Amino acid sequence: MKGSFIILGFFILGLILGLTRFLPSSLLEGDFSIYALYLLMLLVGIGIGTDRNAWKVVREVNIKIVLVPLSVIVGSLLGVSAFSALLSNISIGEAMAVGAGFGYYSLSSVMITEFHSETLGVIALLSNIIREIVTLLATPLFVKYFGKLAGIAAGGATAMDTTMPIIVRYSGKEYAIIAVFSGIVLTVLVPIIVPVILEFL
Amino acid sequence: MLTDILIVLAIMVLGIGIGLLIGNKPKIIKIVGTLTSFSIFLLLFLLGIGVGTNNKIINNLHSIGIQALVLSTGAILGSLICAWLTYKFFFKTKA
Repeated sequence: MKGSFIILGFFILGLILGLTRFLPSSLLEGDFSIYALYLLMLLVGIGIGTDRNAWKVVREVNIKIVLVPLSVIVGSLLGVSAFSALLSNISIGEAMAVGAGFGYYSLSSVMITEFHSETLGVIALLSNIIREIVTLLATPLFVKYFGKLAGIAAGGATAMDTTMPIIVRYSGKEYAIIAVFSGIVLTVLVPIIVPVILEFL
Repeated sequence: MLTDILIVLAIMVLGIGIGLLIGNKPKIIKIVGTLTSFSIFLLLFLLGIGVGTNNKIINNLHSIGIQALVLSTGAILGSLICAWLTYKFFFKTKA
């Protein structure tokens, strides 16, 4: 939760500087963000590669566990597709790109900004931050009505870190490994699924 | 656009390879983690600047917020329903 506020803080700081035009125009017009994205992707990759825990979890799991991230993928994409009917200026494809962030707001919003548009990037940022915050606040309720996988499902990619404590608290310790597994799989898939959806828009 | 996407994915795969080579070196892993946070801060800061200078977004911030909320609701609800079915049919008996 603290992390999301810091990130939101940087976004708002940039927003204010942009609004007030309090920056040299070279910085405003130059497009550095694609290089920053390259750097981030390299670091994200190194992070995945060095994560012993991640590889260990993947080796230890039984096949049934794969159904958990799969449910999150299918559920998120169907859910946003259905709800996009309420929004006149969002196509199903655009809604799916936002939904495919699975709560991983930093990476999904940046990719959507780079490969589609800033407007949809901001929607992805807000939507996926809301997903994390709602999971943190409402997991007890979700678990009560939707079973013990509910917190993991709502948390999506964040189930491996920020929302894990609350998931374990309300679903039990035996669900920690499922949460980590599902979170890792979704985190790795975000940078693959989001661009694939954008490509087919 | 496809080339950009492929470049980004190739860079990530390269990173995974480097990460596997590095292996279990806590110091390096910590540095990578810190650098990752900073590059995320930088990207979101840049996105903020882009949004702040984009009148189309600023004039529609209200509607963008509502659209984000609607999509979050859809994503969460869809995931909850699918996870409930998965739980009911595959996990509950064991637990």
